[in-house]
Amino acid sequence: MIGVGKAKQYANVLDRPIGKGKQEVSLSAFAFLFSELVQYNQIQVDNIAELERRLEDAGYAVGARVLELLCHREKGNRREIRLLGILSFIHSTVWKVLFGKVADSLEKGTEHEDEYMISEKELLVNRFISIPKDMGAFNCGAFVAGIVRGVLDNAGFPAVVTAHFVPVDGQHRPRTTILIKFAEEVLQREARLG
Amino acid sequence: MAPAAPKSGDVIFASVDRVNAELFTLTYGAIVRQLITDLEEVEEVNKQLDQMGYNIGVRLVDEFLAKSSVSRCVDFRETADVIAKVGFKMFLGVTASVTNWDADGTTCSLILEDNPLVDFVELPDTCQGLHYCNILSGVVRGALEMVSMKTEVTWLRDMLRGDDVFELQVKLLKQVPEEYPYKDDE
Repeated sequence: MIGVGKAKQYANVLDRPIGKGKQEVSLSAFAFLFSELVQYNQIQVDNIAELERRLEDAGYAVGARVLELLCHREKGNRREIRLLGILSFIHSTVWKVLFGKVADSLEKGTEHEDEYMISEKELLVNRFISIPKDMGAFNCGAFVAGIVRGVLDNAGFPAVVTAHFVPVDGQHRPRTTILIKFAEEVLQREARLG
Repeated sequence: MAPAAPKSGDVIFASVDRVNAELFTLTYGAIVRQLITDLEEVEEVNKQLDQMGYNIGVRLVDEFLAKSSVSRCVDFRETADVIAKVGFKMFLGVTASVTNWDADGTTCSLILEDNPLVDFVELPDTCQGLHYCNILSGVVRGALEMVSMKTEVTWLRDMLRGDDVFELQVKLLKQVPEEYPYKDDE
């Protein structure tokens, strides 16, 4: 039956046609859900680093699936194998699908060869979040850092990814920078490929 | 000032900020997986999802009332209709239908054919007892409790378990009278 337009039953999830990714839910629905994710994890831990690690783990699971989905849908089952290629894939394709826009900037770290930064003035997950004073440098962007790490790791670019607030002159709210530090082997391979 | 006319779910959904449903779906999946890892018992996961939903429902109802301009429902039938047509639509972008009313109008079913929570999802054999969408039942229960209705919300049909639709049974247990100082506007 073609064109019934309703969700149908499939014996196997793999038989189901893959969506075009145009469906939307309200931002509040996501914000409510995300807030529950943070609150749940907050009671599971006794320090900030652990909380960020758990959020990052949750994000990693999302990133791994996003990579698979987008490589199939947007790239005709091809995936980037070069460093700049995968970074720009995250900065544009992944960001556009997940957050509705290309990330504000993608820069190379000035001090270290292996560091790259993706910055966002108002990261979606931080939009309704204010950090209590006693939680110091905690950044819910750890979830997004996890997504980025999930994409990179599964594409063969192991990296350490962290989220940081960076104050901006003349702005009340800081921007969030996702700092990517690639594993040594990635840079060596990149050098070999020339 | 006359109260604003109630808006349809479509109109509200078109006017609010939205995000890609896949981000929502995958994030929810990450939550469920985290709960399964942490709690191990499927029953405990069901309970925790319901609790999370309840927390959301309690907060979500304010936004719902503010944005929908829905006024007091005359009976539970109207309430169920508003949840299905306006509530589900404005948050999840899908509409539910209401059926299976009992004779005294206190129990009904919300039928969902489209459900953004379950894209890409398949229950493994070890999770057959999982009510994957249990967060939704919690949301409905929490939101209704904030408007003075104690309800019991249970899943009767679940597409992840091979049924043809999602069926959420909502049973009105009692109407809690509003107490001072919370006076009605009218």
